[in-house]
Amino acid sequence: MDTTLKELGETIQAALPEDVLEMTVVHHELMVSVPASSIVKVLTFLRDDPNCQFKQLMDICGVDYPEREKRFDVVYNLLSLSQNQRIRVKTMVGEEESIPSVVKVFHAANWWEREAWDLYGIFFSGHPDLRRILTDYGFEGHPLRKDFPLTGFVELRYDEDQKRVVYEPVKLTQEFRTFDFMSPWEGTEILLPGDEKAAPEAGEKGK
Amino acid sequence: MAEAQIQNYTINFGPQHPSAHGVLRLVLELDGEIVERADPHIGLLHRGTEKLIEYKTYLQAVPYFDRLDYVAPMSQEHAFALAVEKLLEIEVPLRGQYIRVLFAEISRILNHLLNITAFALDIGAMTPFLWAFEEREILMEFYERVSGARLHAAYFRPGGVDRDMPMGLDEDIDEFIEHFPKVIDDIEGLLTDNRIFKQRTVDIGIVTVEQALDWGFTGPMLRGSNVAWDLRKAQPYDVYADMDFDVPVGLSGDCYSRYLVRIEEMRQSLRIMKQCLEQMPEGPVHDMNAKISPPPRSEMKRSMEALIHHFKLYTEGYHVPAGETYTVVEAPKGEFGVYLIADGTNRPYRCKIRAPGFAHLQGLDMMSRGHMLADVSAIIGSLDIVFGEIDR
Repeated sequence: MDTTLKELGETIQAALPEDVLEMTVVHHELMVSVPASSIVKVLTFLRDDPNCQFKQLMDICGVDYPEREKRFDVVYNLLSLSQNQRIRVKTMVGEEESIPSVVKVFHAANWWEREAWDLYGIFFSGHPDLRRILTDYGFEGHPLRKDFPLTGFVELRYDEDQKRVVYEPVKLTQEFRTFDFMSPWEGTEILLPGDEKAAPEAGEKGK
Repeated sequence: MAEAQIQNYTINFGPQHPSAHGVLRLVLELDGEIVERADPHIGLLHRGTEKLIEYKTYLQAVPYFDRLDYVAPMSQEHAFALAVEKLLEIEVPLRGQYIRVLFAEISRILNHLLNITAFALDIGAMTPFLWAFEEREILMEFYERVSGARLHAAYFRPGGVDRDMPMGLDEDIDEFIEHFPKVIDDIEGLLTDNRIFKQRTVDIGIVTVEQALDWGFTGPMLRGSNVAWDLRKAQPYDVYADMDFDVPVGLSGDCYSRYLVRIEEMRQSLRIMKQCLEQMPEGPVHDMNAKISPPPRSEMKRSMEALIHHFKLYTEGYHVPAGETYTVVEAPKGEFGVYLIADGTNRPYRCKIRAPGFAHLQGLDMMSRGHMLADVSAIIGSLDIVFGEIDR
């Protein structure tokens, strides 16, 4: 199974040598990375090439890596019914950049791109109708970014005097606590005062 | 005579409308009674599931999946469990796999019973709905007997299922398999050849093969358009590869053929359940590695190590090696996918949920253009949408 995926990946690599940056097969899943600028070309190729025929776009999603220079990944999952294969196409895009919309290639992309815009603030250029989709009307911010707090910024309440729902800043009776439950003995790098004295010196190793 | 000004009419449908199946708000642009454009506004049930999962351990994330498509909860858990197992590279014991397939099919019947009859209710037939709920109650009792909860079961865990089936449950499921075909016949007797039902569904909301592929349709929506594609056959998971069943397809791609597909799928589900009960071996139901699955309670009373394992599993949880996977199951509504990114800690870095209903509802605009206003509720009924999974 992995060899067919690898062959398929190599065919794609051979056909689009400038666009495919990387090709991997992990967990029986084929993944190719491409630059954001050529995403339309790559997806069109994958859809129309007789060896690929990835006629269905299953999913588009964003992933946030705030520490990276280009902080977002945009991931496209495609399915080919005739080949019975899946492929994952990954691109990187920065916070201030935009990525070409693929609505013209797959109609299904429309709402998923809206969702990625809503939740991550990834801008899809050329999208016909880039509105928010999941969050409330008038919502501010992009909630799935890693720097967006889990508790959010505003909360809703029905106000009896004004006879309508009002937004207010979040009030927590107890501060939001997050535990990682990580064992303090494994893999942590907490340095207590004085620990540096116990650290072995470079030349001392193997004594 | 002066020419009359004709203007398009925009109406708001929902979010609280009996045939909107939840909290769908639909902005419809009408020309007389003809739909020119349908713009669904979703997100009214958005609870931020994906964000919440990032803050929970892998085990704590399981119950969120029940609350996505709350009509067939275990199918969603199945996708997440398979995804985590793939990253952990563990194999589920055979009995666990059989129980999962058995309950995935029970979920399918649960889902189709609600969908078919709520669809019929939308277009005027009330009786099937009442009958179906009687059967759903029996199935939810099966849920309760294995997990303790009628709906939000949290029964499929990464590594297998939570616990073995209680004594006597297999006989009761067997009894259900015996009597249920009669119920399907009764429901069909009221609907399949019903003149009104056919007038409302035949040739309504036709989806061609190209459209279905282009809009990312899966499950009965795709099979209704005459594409024989079922993940249980094409990319089998658990013990589906050993099961003998047929994949029904519709011929015309209209609401009526989607209804027929779902009816036949229930009969096929019964076949699979029957085979599961016959072939189910004895043995453990979840991975016996104490680092993944909790030890039995009896052992915890005696063994210090078992107690420590239990404590660690329910506080820290297990660590999943870094990697990513897009794992899918054939949920009753279509392809339900989980795109899981692990970073080596005890929590998912990202868990994207691919809900089949999201793609189907997106196609509503394409399907309802040119139809009458009353057909929109028929089309929505045949889409099989549940807002828990669309809004997440």
